Amino acid sequence: MSIAVQFQQVSRHYDSVRAVDDISLDIAEGEFFSMLGPSGSGKTTSLRLIAGFEQPSSGSLRIFGQEAAGLPPNLRAVNTVFQDYALFPHMNVLDNVAYGLMLKGVTKSERHRRAEEMLEMVKLGQYGSRRPSALSGGQRQRVALARALILQPRVLLLDEPLGALDLKLREQMQTELKTLQRQLGITFVFVTHDQGEAMSMSDRVAVFNKGRIEQVAAPQVLYNQPATAFVADFVGAANVFDGELASTLVGHAQSFAVRPERIRPAGQLADDDVVRVPGKLLDIQYLGAVSRYEVEVSGHKVVSMVLPNENGNATAPAEIGAALTLAWPSHAMLPLAG
Amino acid sequence: MMSIALPIPPAAPALGLWQRLGVTLYRHPGLQLGLLLGLPLLWFLVVYIGSLATLLVQSFFTFDDFTMEVSRELTLANYQQLLQPANFDVVLRTLSMASAVTLASAVLAFPLAYYMVRYARGWKKGFFYVAVMLPMWASYIVKVYAWTVLLAKDGIVYWAYQHLGLGGVVDWLMTIPLLGGNSLTTSHLGRFAVFTYIWLPFMILPIQAALERVPLGLMQASSDLGASGAQTFRHVILPLAFPGVVAGSIFTFSLTLGDYIIPQIIGPSGLFIGSMVYTMQGSIGNMPLAAAFTVVPVVIIALYLTGARKLGAFDAL
Amino acid sequence: MHSDQDRAPLWLRLLAYGGIGFLFLPIAVIIIYAFNAESAGYSFPPKGFTLSWFGAAFARNDVLQAIGLSLQLAALATVLAVLLGTLAAAAMYRRDFFGKNAITMMLILPIALPGIITGIALLSAFRLADIPSGFWTIAIGHATFCVVVIYNNVIARFRRMSYSLVEASQDLGADMFQTFRYVVLPQIATALLAGGMLAFALSFDEIIVTTFTAGNEVTLPIWMLNQLTRPRDVPITNVVAMTVMLITALPILGAYYLTRGTEDIAGSGK
Repeated sequence: MSIAVQFQQVSRHYDSVRAVDDISLDIAEGEFFSMLGPSGSGKTTSLRLIAGFEQPSSGSLRIFGQEAAGLPPNLRAVNTVFQDYALFPHMNVLDNVAYGLMLKGVTKSERHRRAEEMLEMVKLGQYGSRRPSALSGGQRQRVALARALILQPRVLLLDEPLGALDLKLREQMQTELKTLQRQLGITFVFVTHDQGEAMSMSDRVAVFNKGRIEQVAAPQVLYNQPATAFVADFVGAANVFDGELASTLVGHAQSFAVRPERIRPAGQLADDDVVRVPGKLLDIQYLGAVSRYEVEVSGHKVVSMVLPNENGNATAPAEIGAALTLAWPSHAMLPLAG
Repeated sequence: MMSIALPIPPAAPALGLWQRLGVTLYRHPGLQLGLLLGLPLLWFLVVYIGSLATLLVQSFFTFDDFTMEVSRELTLANYQQLLQPANFDVVLRTLSMASAVTLASAVLAFPLAYYMVRYARGWKKGFFYVAVMLPMWASYIVKVYAWTVLLAKDGIVYWAYQHLGLGGVVDWLMTIPLLGGNSLTTSHLGRFAVFTYIWLPFMILPIQAALERVPLGLMQASSDLGASGAQTFRHVILPLAFPGVVAGSIFTFSLTLGDYIIPQIIGPSGLFIGSMVYTMQGSIGNMPLAAAFTVVPVVIIALYLTGARKLGAFDAL
Repeated sequence: MHSDQDRAPLWLRLLAYGGIGFLFLPIAVIIIYAFNAESAGYSFPPKGFTLSWFGAAFARNDVLQAIGLSLQLAALATVLAVLLGTLAAAAMYRRDFFGKNAITMMLILPIALPGIITGIALLSAFRLADIPSGFWTIAIGHATFCVVVIYNNVIARFRRMSYSLVEASQDLGADMFQTFRYVVLPQIATALLAGGMLAFALSFDEIIVTTFTAGNEVTLPIWMLNQLTRPRDVPITNVVAMTVMLITALPILGAYYLTRGTEDIAGSGK
């Protein structure tokens, strides 16, 4: 397998703001790669660097081995699905999809035939003559996808394409996008701030924070072996115990995280190799299949514990305000760097 | 980690001349800017700023009163001449007309603008907007001409006040020193009416724009007839609309200040700043003094703008 | 109760409609007098109505020449202003650079300063450079103060256009010129048309700057001005006045129609 996109010490600065700060990253050909992070973390800027809408302040960016810095977007073999879809409002759907082919000088009948095919593929065969403004959000999204894919890019860039859709439609599109990517076998680079979305679709995820990459790994690895407190907290929920608190609880100063679902009331864990922490139950939140229990330990730290609800009924291990000792297996502690 | 083999970098595809130009522009955003801005910037620097600079330089040239010729000898004499009492009269006359016109426009414009924003809905809103915009953009010279027709002896205005039995009142008005004149067309009042008419739309639209920003709830509260309504109007609506009035006054003031056609056609004799400049360069050929004279409205407007900026007028433009 | 509140008091309605009446009074006068049978003077009520002055006016060479000259000038000034204004708007949109505010100021100055200053400045420069006054000097002056009208309209449209359209076009393989032709131009077309119509009307009407730069050329407004200072052909002047009004009113209404509900074209000033 070869490298599709390679960042080597790439930075993008605006005056004093480091939007992307010394990033090195390899994206393999054919993988579904997500860039995950909060807003302003540098993930969108990184995507725009690949597309060519931004130019790196320093470093080298290669697309299939070819240096891309200094190459305008129209000369790059990548295509983009925009967050606002960016459909041309003065063209109908068919001409939107055929736009890239028109620029290449493909004859009208040929490009319309191929655009029809693309629209069939995204299940919008009947919509060619409509204006984008006459389509729903989900339909626009598919047109944007068809328009980008008609040029058979080797890398498809998707900038939070599902952000504007409602929950049901978003979940449906997630499945469709993943299936499409598998069928086409091309590289998808997917930017999102939604960790669930990134986890469910991606082969690998890069977690961005403050212009830097915290960790690049497969979803399972991110969840089970988060490299930093930020990753542990951002990907799934986590109780992070840092230096001082870690020392008082387990006797060494290395920070660690424990997932809420790994924690149990002390009575339910008989195993020897467990950590026990006394605390006080503050609050119970009923969430349907599970309930979340907020427990105060060491006087100020609030730890969440998630317990499954038998038959949908929450059975509280203690009264609110009463003492509750928590426990977790030693191997549930995820050691964190920094 | 998955195993990743580094590929051999393929040779960059050969680019055509056109594409190379695109690459160059992409790599040098400054060049893009230069290409876009170059022509308009050059035009304005050469044609406009260049002309203004020439004008300024000419104001220091010497005009020989005997030969009626301009020589390039630098002098401050033109500016000294500005301070002559006769010229001071011209400035004063122009300034008082500009102030009177501004005040009258504001008084006429405010109720109209208020009605447009507060009460006009649907098609009426469009109607009022067009009804203000159309006269504003309509030909200046045609509007001035229309007023000479309106005010002419035996014309419409004359006919109207005769029929209303106001002949005596108008005759009396014409005898008042600062309002009157031999007839309506040669009176101060006539000139004032024409100026006010011509610049009125320039006052209505900024006030309307300023009022558009007042929340409707406040507007409605102020149309309460009780004391609270009057209070809201005085303490809330008026202060909010004031920047619009100031913005409009910039137009009415500056446009009156520089006009030389209306004073020439309607009203009694007596020069305005504009007509002074026009006469100096035209029939007399004293371009240096005319140039020096243009500095007067520029300075007045600059002072006015500085004041207006402090009152927040530019937000309403 | 509420519907009562939303009706304006009578005095306010009188003032508002009275104001509009005041604004249209001279316009009505021009239209009435164009059909006035009287051959001299402006007596009211008119003695009779006739269409004959239209024939007489449009048979006059000086009138036809003035109309022709003004149309040519307005067309040329508009073309130049569209070119310069669009370039300037494209340069200023989404860019921040040293001196940007000064350039914006410079574009507005020709309409912000009294026309007499622009006029005499141009005249003094043309004289100093030994450029004889005539068609081209008028056109240069007109184009200069028309630029801002185009600039304001186009940059307002740019600001409402999503920039991702431009990026999408590049992304799909278009170079700058293709992006301009296929995406940007269709987006700004109505703004350009509206701005162009306003610029045309502005140039067609202009008198103050023109009197300085015209030399011996007689544009339609200058023809009117000559008639005003030395009235000779009252009925012909009446017809010409209405013609000027119509030629400028149509593009103004067109511009309003094109930009209705989007941007404030009147805010571009005159």
